Amino acid sequence: MNLYAEARGGALVVSVREERLDAAIAIRFKDRMREVTSQPSARVVLDLSAVEFLDSSGLGAVVAVMKSLPPERPLELAGLSPNVARVFRLTRMDSVFNIHQSVADALAEGMRNAG
Amino acid sequence: MQADRAGMPAAAGAERELPHGEAKIFHHSFSADPLSVRTALRTALARFLRQLTREESGTLELVLAEVLNNIVEHGYGDSGVGTITLSLVRDHRGLSCSISDDGVELPASCLARVADETLRPEPGALPEGGFGWYLIRDLVEDLGYHRADGRNLLAFRLPLAREGHEMVN
Repeated sequence: MNLYAEARGGALVVSVREERLDAAIAIRFKDRMREVTSQPSARVVLDLSAVEFLDSSGLGAVVAVMKSLPPERPLELAGLSPNVARVFRLTRMDSVFNIHQSVADALAEGMRNAG
Repeated sequence: MQADRAGMPAAAGAERELPHGEAKIFHHSFSADPLSVRTALRTALARFLRQLTREESGTLELVLAEVLNNIVEHGYGDSGVGTITLSLVRDHRGLSCSISDDGVELPASCLARVADETLRPEPGALPEGGFGWYLIRDLVEDLGYHRADGRNLLAFRLPLAREGHEMVN
């Protein structure tokens, strides 16, 4: 499970460096995210731009991460490929996440809100 | 360009095998574990890549992943070992898919003709599961299930936009 986390502009940006977020990796993803997000930050942005395939197990894991975070620090998503975005749309789970076009967009939005 | 929906022979000279000639077939048996499922999906997708749009490939991969991982987790969940057989046939109506396994019987609720909408995961409740069969039923046609001699057979069709359509990537 390749996750890469860095603090950028007050946000913890976690990049999933895997082509697939599926049943084979869902549990490890949840465990690693729990570790990574234990470091304090105002926001948590999950960069999914490298992920080309997401199934319902992967989606469930993303939701579990969202639930593990306090309401004032919700999981934000960025860089969804068309296939990944479609799974969120089909399950209507796109309605409960703040989804950004890219990490850059997510950070720019944070700057605007801060200013 | 005209699609030959009425079953007329495909344009001569073009590399169109449908409806006459050789239909594209994929048939593969593999161990019921998540990594073997990944390999089977990759192999199956590669087999039909040139005949599917990007969206159709995405749908095929998602539906098959849901069905196959369901067998790994629930069909063989207790024993943890088993074999899955996946067959895909490209015909003039789309992609005909069948999956068989020797795991436990599929609960009838998974296949009810009319999905119980009250059980559909509600986004606001932040559900972590229960999406699989709704995705499958939303995306496929002619979903059928048969169990005989301890063996499950699930079959469905994935509709495709144009027959004999070749993607130019």
